[in-house]
Amino acid sequence: MKKKIFFIIPLALFFIMVGFLIVGLQLDPRKVPSPLIGKQIPPFNLLELSASKTFITNKDLPSTPYLLNVWASWCGACLEEHQLLQQISDLGSLKIVGLNYKDDFSKATKWLLRYGDPYNQKIFDPDASLGLNLGVYGVPETFLIDEHGTIVYKHIGPLTFEKYSHLLQQLKNNKP
Amino acid sequence: MIPELGAFFLILSLSLVLIQISSLLIGVLSDSTIWINLGKRALYVHALAVILSFILLSYCFATNDFTVKYVSMNSNTLLPIQYRLSAVWGAHEGSLLLWIMILAIWIVAFAFFSSSLPKKFVAWTLIFAGIISLGFLLFCLFTSNPFIRQIPPPSNGADLNPLLQDFGLIIHPPMLYMGYVGFAISFCCALASLMLKEYTNQWAVWARKWTLLAWAFLTMGIALGSWWAYYELGWGGWWFWDPVENASLMPWLVGTALIHSLNATAKRGVFAGWSLLLAISAFGLSLLGTFLVRSGVLTSVHAFATDPARGIFILLFIVVVVGGAFLIYGLKASQIDDEGYTFASRESYLLLNSVVLSVVTATILLGTLYPLAIDALNLGKISVGPPYFNAVVIPIMAPLMIFLGIAPLARWRRDNWQITLKKLKLPLLGTIFFSIAVLLMLVENLTIMAVIGTVLSFWVIATSLTTLISKENRTSVKRLDGVIFGRTIAHIGFGLCVIGITLVSYYESTSHLKMEVGDKTQLNDYSFKFASLDDVKGPNYEGVKATFEVTNNKETYQVQIPAEKRFYNTRGMTMTEAGIDAGLLKDIYISLGEKIGDEAWSVRLNIKPFVRFIWLGAIFMAVGGLIAISITPKRVKA
Repeated sequence: MKKKIFFIIPLALFFIMVGFLIVGLQLDPRKVPSPLIGKQIPPFNLLELSASKTFITNKDLPSTPYLLNVWASWCGACLEEHQLLQQISDLGSLKIVGLNYKDDFSKATKWLLRYGDPYNQKIFDPDASLGLNLGVYGVPETFLIDEHGTIVYKHIGPLTFEKYSHLLQQLKNNKP
Repeated sequence: MIPELGAFFLILSLSLVLIQISSLLIGVLSDSTIWINLGKRALYVHALAVILSFILLSYCFATNDFTVKYVSMNSNTLLPIQYRLSAVWGAHEGSLLLWIMILAIWIVAFAFFSSSLPKKFVAWTLIFAGIISLGFLLFCLFTSNPFIRQIPPPSNGADLNPLLQDFGLIIHPPMLYMGYVGFAISFCCALASLMLKEYTNQWAVWARKWTLLAWAFLTMGIALGSWWAYYELGWGGWWFWDPVENASLMPWLVGTALIHSLNATAKRGVFAGWSLLLAISAFGLSLLGTFLVRSGVLTSVHAFATDPARGIFILLFIVVVVGGAFLIYGLKASQIDDEGYTFASRESYLLLNSVVLSVVTATILLGTLYPLAIDALNLGKISVGPPYFNAVVIPIMAPLMIFLGIAPLARWRRDNWQITLKKLKLPLLGTIFFSIAVLLMLVENLTIMAVIGTVLSFWVIATSLTTLISKENRTSVKRLDGVIFGRTIAHIGFGLCVIGITLVSYYESTSHLKMEVGDKTQLNDYSFKFASLDDVKGPNYEGVKATFEVTNNKETYQVQIPAEKRFYNTRGMTMTEAGIDAGLLKDIYISLGEKIGDEAWSVRLNIKPFVRFIWLGAIFMAVGGLIAISITPKRVKA
């Protein structure tokens, strides 16, 4: 009898996995509300991703509404949204701050040199210290931050043009 | 009219599958050959209907019938004909139809070449195969019908994703599917033997060549995918640990464990239960891969446009098929008895390696599903990237390579350490000799991981070659036994592949810089000159072509390498066509980046040593598998 139970183990493991997949199916990986919405960017003091290697803190962030884009050179999907970010940056409609997440300094700089640099400021966060406080779990992620430094919206996954228009709409609605 | 006919054939094939399953079931339960033959006929006609349906979809693409929604979304009047035909499997609906067609071809091939096998065994195998076809046909017809019309039609199509407009992508999916789907045969054979309880060891003999064939296709499919990523994504990587790549690697690893375990079961009557479990898991993981790609539970570059209804359907299907299989296994596998073997015998090395392969698979599965599981448990949010996979997979592979070398030299059933050790003297000397030679060449910049990787690869190659001259195999070698040769070639291929991976990972040179026409730069022993920049115009794109003159310092090597940047108008996508001068010992890889200022471009130059060995190794493995199929082991223990 004991032996029979042994052979049921694969079935049991399989159903545990299926359980997770069922729950996973209901969660949209691109649409998880962040508990940080309505709050300020957590305090940080990190290196800037630039040749000068100066430090950057909350005070240095733009005082106008801006996008905080979390990216990494190892992230394939970041390339997907890169062209859009470049266009946004070229139009100058919204500033973009890049948060380089769990990356290598030289790889990240090379990536930007290779694909273009849409960022007004770049925060280098190799140990995910700010990333962790922001609840980053999938790269790319994009936060919309208003002129008071409050997080208005969070988007997980590559940014699309539709999403971007939606973000701008959010920003308008947020204003009284 | 044509698209409706295509849909009609799909529905027809669905009804034929129902006839196939029910008449085979009646035939098996009532021991009636007439019913079994009827079931087989239904199967043949079903396959014909599926193939016709596929041809009709291809016809819609060839004629650019934009009233068909799927065609209009993946084709364009400017798209060249070869890409129009490969666009058939360029997105979800069509690739599903390809999957169904390949499944039908595999099943028919099995039914056709299995006339010498017991009728009941074949019938049960075809029943389970029919259930799989049924599931996929229902999935296709109810959630992803490729023949749905769109009236009025758009004036032009949205074009095929430029990434997929490439030779590699014409053959990569069919190859991969041949592998994935081929595991369905081993899966069905395993279930049939469980149902009948009679053929617990013979099934391994019967399933062995089908599994090997599927495995060889899967090997080629994965290698093609990696090769395509290397030259088409334009950044020179060949493996990204993307969830979808993992989804193809996992069945491969389990499939590798399966072909070894099946050999032991077929030859010696051991590991019967283990082989059954691996056969079920290999196909289960293939189905899981399908689910991950098409349901949207994970974000990936490869993911198809997703729809939750599809996810639920496939998940339900997986629960029925794989859950059912594990249930049958759980109820019946305890009755299987194994032959005995001692600790130092070849059996134990084989078992050890298939356990290692399963552990690697489990680790990759864990890494792929971990973000999902953590999220589902509400424990927070994490991301799992290449560092995790490299850190966990590489150390586990080292013992695998050591035992891989020993196993073919150890004897079946019983052996002892001293005898095995004696046989290992020659390869050990060879390994030491070659390793020292290579280490002296690399002495300037040694890294411990690179040393371990190369030494282990030499070990694998040296031991594999030794098996050819060992005493036990002398007669087999003389008789040109396919099994021995196939195994040796495949193992050498694995060694070559690891050499490639190790050397390109640790000794790649990269330079990333700004260049104008006329600029010159130096990387290692090579000088690169940005010679010219021209405009190019293709059928559905425009772009620029930069030509680089590359010479080495002794001027014995001199080539012109063109690298392109293309803009595809319809989709508004920019693509990098890397310029590659491929060589056996190194690739020179140039990719053109963005334009900086008026004249200058960002350029990335790479020298990738031994990168070709990765794919060369894969070809060796696949060829080895095919050679091993040609001759089946004769001694079978009942």
